[in-house]
Amino acid sequence: MATRIQFENNCEVGVFSKLTNAYCLVAIGGSENFYSAFEAELADAIPVVKTSIGGTRIIGRLCVGNKNGLLLPHTTTDQELQHLRNCLPDQVVVQRIDERLSALGNCIACNDHVALTHPDLDKATEEFIADVLGVEVFRQTIAGNILVGSYCAFSNRGGLVHPHTSVEDLDELSTLLQVPLVAGTVNRGSEVIAAGMTVNDWTAFCGSDTTATELSVIESVFKLREGQPTAIVEDMRKSLIDSYV
Amino acid sequence: MLPGSAPAAGGTGMFVPAATAGTVLCCMCGVSMQPNPANMCARCLRARVDITEGVPRHAAVVYCPDCSTYLQPPRSWLRATPESPELMQILLRRINRPLARLRVSLSGAEFVFSEPHSKRLRLKLRLRREVLHGIVLEQTHPVEFVVHDRLCDSCSRAQANPDQWVAVVQLRQHVPHRRTFLYLEQLLLKHGQASLAIRVAAAPGGLDFFFGSRSHAARLVDFLATVAPIQTSTAKQLVSHDTKSSVYNYKYTISVEICPICREDLIALGPQASRDMGGLGPLVLCVKVTNAIALLDPLTLRVHHLEEKKYRVYNFKAALTSKQLVEYIVLDIEQESPEISIDGSRYQLAYAQVARVSDFGKNDTIFTVRTHLGHLLNPGDHALGYDLYGANLNDDDMDKAMTRYSLPEVVLVKKSYEKRPRTRRWKLKRLPVEEDAANKAKGEEEKRLDEYEAFLRDLELDPEMRFKMNLYKNEDYRSEMASTVGDDIPTVPIEELIEDLTLGDDEGDEGEEAA
Repeated sequence: MATRIQFENNCEVGVFSKLTNAYCLVAIGGSENFYSAFEAELADAIPVVKTSIGGTRIIGRLCVGNKNGLLLPHTTTDQELQHLRNCLPDQVVVQRIDERLSALGNCIACNDHVALTHPDLDKATEEFIADVLGVEVFRQTIAGNILVGSYCAFSNRGGLVHPHTSVEDLDELSTLLQVPLVAGTVNRGSEVIAAGMTVNDWTAFCGSDTTATELSVIESVFKLREGQPTAIVEDMRKSLIDSYV
Repeated sequence: MLPGSAPAAGGTGMFVPAATAGTVLCCMCGVSMQPNPANMCARCLRARVDITEGVPRHAAVVYCPDCSTYLQPPRSWLRATPESPELMQILLRRINRPLARLRVSLSGAEFVFSEPHSKRLRLKLRLRREVLHGIVLEQTHPVEFVVHDRLCDSCSRAQANPDQWVAVVQLRQHVPHRRTFLYLEQLLLKHGQASLAIRVAAAPGGLDFFFGSRSHAARLVDFLATVAPIQTSTAKQLVSHDTKSSVYNYKYTISVEICPICREDLIALGPQASRDMGGLGPLVLCVKVTNAIALLDPLTLRVHHLEEKKYRVYNFKAALTSKQLVEYIVLDIEQESPEISIDGSRYQLAYAQVARVSDFGKNDTIFTVRTHLGHLLNPGDHALGYDLYGANLNDDDMDKAMTRYSLPEVVLVKKSYEKRPRTRRWKLKRLPVEEDAANKAKGEEEKRLDEYEAFLRDLELDPEMRFKMNLYKNEDYRSEMASTVGDDIPTVPIEELIEDLTLGDDEGDEGEEAA
């Protein structure tokens, strides 16, 4: 089920939160509304952790993770690292890595099986990603943009990419990721998908500017309509492109 | 690890993969469309965003009904016909500032019909503006202009006092005849220099031209300076004075005095003047007047051009003018030297035996003179010349010259022809001159007509003078006289004539000038 929320009157919820199948990270805001929205939705399934990274609130763009692990940039302080290690479940490996491109959330997009990364990422980082997150890593661009982490958001069931992605690119990406992809927008025509929404296998949170059309596209591509945490059915992986005409 | 989707460099050139744009759904209405920077379909965009917000829908423009001009603030009035590009330019300038302020650009404009007497002008504008992440939208926008009537400054001044003039050019020449003014009149007509004058009035000794602005008067004076030797002086008189804005209104009077030497004048040069011109013989004939005077010494066939400024140094007057020409009959002529050409005119030194027509047959007074008309005269011809033998002159320089040199008794000036028929194939246009009614005398009328006749005869003789003015075909000319006219009388060839413009039911021919 897709929900529309705001962080301190800002619709870019993907910047201030990180949602995976095993945990959820939320930025510390002035009021508790943001946190309560996540808690109301997720509290009985996964832990919702309030944190900051490197003293900033833009945690969604600085870290990347899935159910296997969480990667943090070198700017994370020791206290934050410890806090996260404490709060998150034990099977989630929390690792701080030394990477020149420290906004890991903008550079890497991943689900539980596959990750797309910025073409200029270090070799060492790539190995870390493969180890800690347990995924296959592909260096890619999306619609000519190298910040793949910003312009696409995908879960194990589907993905949404930048609206200007060509049909061939969409084919290629879908083959790599083995999930259905669709090109669309979020937050009333914004192209920065991952900044405007955050998603896992059964729920999604979008900015409150998202129109009904966009919401319906999100719900259908991520297959959220029947979504309950216990009712995840693993589809056959096939490379298929859903185009909604 | 699969390679990225970067295109592989080919052997000869870059491989560019095909990229067909996919379709996304419009974020507002869900219709499938090509992605654009706003990711909304055109209709949603147009519905959401009105780029003509803030653009004026009404404006005003001021029109002068007298001269059909429109006001371009602050002060210029531009003539424009309805639904013309000039009018569109004026209207668009009125709304340009608000458009620029809103960052809206104009991509097209057209007139929408409105009744001419409705005092409304309607324009349909196509406006273009950039909205939302760089999309450029175009929209039509009607604007209505209300036309206010107001007399422009010049029309209101003309209405208040139609004869109001600001500058007057007083053209004078202190000679008893009006030949110069007839010639100048034709020149002014040809060059259109008197078109700006409000009024032209005749005054004793010359003409007055009244103008509405000082620059127009200056234009006429500049033209006159190029065609005649003149001396000008300006005076101004304060009419009104606006103390608040320090604006002074004047009336200007430009007094233009033409040099009193005319063509065919006989001049006796004083010793100083004669020496300065290189020993030009004391008797000289004036042969051409442009902005300098050409003086010909008939005995040596030398021509000297004297400029106006130099003339003012000597200020000599004509001893004998063309009124005092006497008719002679040529008895014998003997060419002395070959024909030469100076300044386009031909002269030839010759000895001629002449007798006055009044003497001819009565007594034996014969004069043997040297003349410059050797190329024209044959025995038996009539010629006009100055009779120095019988003249009684009141001229100091002439007296001095007579004592120092031996002067010829006759100076022949031009060949004379038979009285020609009254009707001519050509005619001239006249300037509309207001006659000075108070100074009209009985004999003046007669004199004027004679002078005009003499002027026309001169024109026939002189092709160079004809070149400077416009001659028109005379429709009333009947060529019955063709057979009786002698061979040697010069007439104006038909190629030099211009068809006059007649506007009427039959087609009016435009003036066509050949050669």
